[in-house]
Amino acid sequence: MQSMNIVKRALRMLLSVSLVLAPGAWAEKLGYPEKEELTFGFIKLTDMAPIAIAYENGYFEDEGLYVTIEAQANWKVLLDGVIDGRLDGAHMLAGQPLAATMGFGTKAHIITPFSMDLNGNGITVSNAVWDEMKPHIPKMADGRPVHPIKADYLKPVVEKYRDAGKPFNMGMVFPVSTHNYELRYWLAAGGIHPGYYAPHKGDISGQIEAEALLSVTPPPQMPATLEAGTIYGYCVGEPWNQQAVFKGIGVPVITDYEIWKDNPEKVFGITKEFSEKYPNTTVRIVRALIRAAMWLDANDNANRPAAVKILSQSNYVGADYDVIANSMTGTFEYEKGDKRPVPDFNVFFRYNATYPYYSDAIWYLTQMRRWGQIAEDKPDTWYHDLASSVYRPDIYTKAAQSLIAEKIAEAKDFPDFAKEDGYKPAQSEFIDGVVYDGRKPNAYIDSFKIGLKSGQTL
Amino acid sequence: MSTTTSMNEQAEPKVEWLDRVLAISATVGKRLAMPVVGFAAFLLLWSVAAQNIDTSLGKFPGPQAVWQQFGALHAEHTRSREKEAAFYERQEKRNAARVAEDPDYVPKIRAYTGKETFVDQIGTSLVTVMSGFFLAALLAIPLGIAIGLSRTLNDAVNPIVQLFKPVSPLAWLPLVTMVVSALYVTPDPLVAKSFLVSMITVTLCCIWPMVINTSVGVASIDKDLVNVSRVLRLPALTHVKKIVLPASVPMIFTGMRLSLGVAWMVLIAAEMLAQNPGLGKFVWDEFQNGSSDSLGRIMAAVLVIGFIGFLLDRGMLLIQRWVSWDKSSIAH
Repeated sequence: MQSMNIVKRALRMLLSVSLVLAPGAWAEKLGYPEKEELTFGFIKLTDMAPIAIAYENGYFEDEGLYVTIEAQANWKVLLDGVIDGRLDGAHMLAGQPLAATMGFGTKAHIITPFSMDLNGNGITVSNAVWDEMKPHIPKMADGRPVHPIKADYLKPVVEKYRDAGKPFNMGMVFPVSTHNYELRYWLAAGGIHPGYYAPHKGDISGQIEAEALLSVTPPPQMPATLEAGTIYGYCVGEPWNQQAVFKGIGVPVITDYEIWKDNPEKVFGITKEFSEKYPNTTVRIVRALIRAAMWLDANDNANRPAAVKILSQSNYVGADYDVIANSMTGTFEYEKGDKRPVPDFNVFFRYNATYPYYSDAIWYLTQMRRWGQIAEDKPDTWYHDLASSVYRPDIYTKAAQSLIAEKIAEAKDFPDFAKEDGYKPAQSEFIDGVVYDGRKPNAYIDSFKIGLKSGQTL
Repeated sequence: MSTTTSMNEQAEPKVEWLDRVLAISATVGKRLAMPVVGFAAFLLLWSVAAQNIDTSLGKFPGPQAVWQQFGALHAEHTRSREKEAAFYERQEKRNAARVAEDPDYVPKIRAYTGKETFVDQIGTSLVTVMSGFFLAALLAIPLGIAIGLSRTLNDAVNPIVQLFKPVSPLAWLPLVTMVVSALYVTPDPLVAKSFLVSMITVTLCCIWPMVINTSVGVASIDKDLVNVSRVLRLPALTHVKKIVLPASVPMIFTGMRLSLGVAWMVLIAAEMLAQNPGLGKFVWDEFQNGSSDSLGRIMAAVLVIGFIGFLLDRGMLLIQRWVSWDKSSIAH
């Protein structure tokens, strides 16, 4: 009897020692969540999938969290919801936490411990614009246009409209949305000026000196607005580009994967106050979301059809299965019938998609400066400081390490936490070939032909 | 011979009974025939028109498509109830497991976190409209009586009533939203903010017809009745209770009926705009989804909204008949 006890005790001791000594092990046990009933907001886009999957697969409940998921009317309503506490957290545009913390728009300290996905957007033009663009685009042997299609081929169309005195209007989803910056990047790379912001003068229309006039339309209303002729093109997330193909009202010309390979897209945003008041809850939310992202990308997207089925429910994205599946399952349909493989159109987990890199945050900040949303020059250190106060890899690391310790996840699927400094190596896979190094934001800003440069204010 | 007579004798009451049934069914038939014809014509017109309208979401839904969506919505509701039961079961297990590990923990049962179904949304809308309406009635009827009794008060209040009466709910909504957000801050709210916003918007819009009708009803009481009260020297409260209220009940109820109609219309618009739970949100969500079923589901909601509006109106009419002494004064 006694010997049994000794053996038991020894075993227990061994176990605890091994837990402490295990590399990167989560030494102390993660506590119970301080807040258990949570409400999360989202916009009807396929990249909200990690939240839906964490709910439907019971990952939130596994963490002792009881989550209600609510669709929001537009990005502003969603952000205000998080700020005033109606929502505990939300699916956000990468630029939103940065802009809110900086005070461009509503000011509030929002943080993000989890990046939701890579890529996933597209730029669509109306049928009329496409017909005018198409003759300029080089063709492949089978007559289909060569991709990626640059904005150089849109330029003659924009010029024609301008000569006729018609403003060339395009839609994007929010002033600090990834879509705004991607559309601007694509247009500017093709020599079309998308216009400047001048918040210090009270001008937040973003149309100063613009050749293409960009304005805000909520994602689900993009196809209807295009159909009504209010805009000639738009940049939006899925399924709203594929919807245009299905409805026969427009043609997607390029995906953001081709504008900037593996660009960071949505993030999960909460207030700083929430993360400090409910630290265990915060880590547990991130754990559930990491598990959902893993599931979404597991076995080469094997779970995607099941995910599409869930997303097509009317309480999530609600569009038809076929429309959502078109982009979620590794393909993308450009012109009707011209379906091409884009296996990484939606990336939820691989390539460290969920890790909140400072360099991702800084890229958005450089674009905010480029287009005047940040009115004045800032030193490189300012970019780093802001990025590190909003992007919180420390929380992510805690969550990931606890999952690794519990053998739910494997260390090889994550960045090497001991060495990771939050900066990706310099990236060059942009449509215009300009190299981006997150450590040198000012040098990067100066390298563009179109855009504000160091020392320039409007 | 005798058998025939007896048979005749037996047959006569039978014929009478048959006659009566025939007569009743004839009148019922006559009263039902035209509505049935009208309804059939409407269905026919609808399905023909629907087939000829192509939207970017496919054909406009005809009666059959809408009927299918009713089925789908019902199936969704049943499924959701099953999920709800499973949710509670899992929760109990989890709570038990936690209590075993952490004895200090006081288990708590949390409400189901799943999405409201169509049926739930109907319930929410009904509760909201009735709350807003009763709140309005509570304010409007005393105010109306006071205005009706006093010429001076009437002169003072009337311009304000006339000013606010034509205001659309959508104009009130942003103000109500901001005010509720600013004033209603409790850590553990009894009712949701969105419910309050919808309810107050409804109240603001349906208060006016009741105020006006009540005051007119009170002001136009038969002079004889007022004189009787004077002769008897009834105290003010008794005067209101015994003379004013009974005499003005028909007008008060006319106002209430009008108000309830307004309330129902306002609520759907407010829910749609403010994304507050209810049928209005259901319609908006479906519009945003843009799936091939969306239009059919919206049409189903339209029919339900209409039917509930009709039921509310009939219900009010029944109550009005029941409480009014002058049955002839009630219009249909």
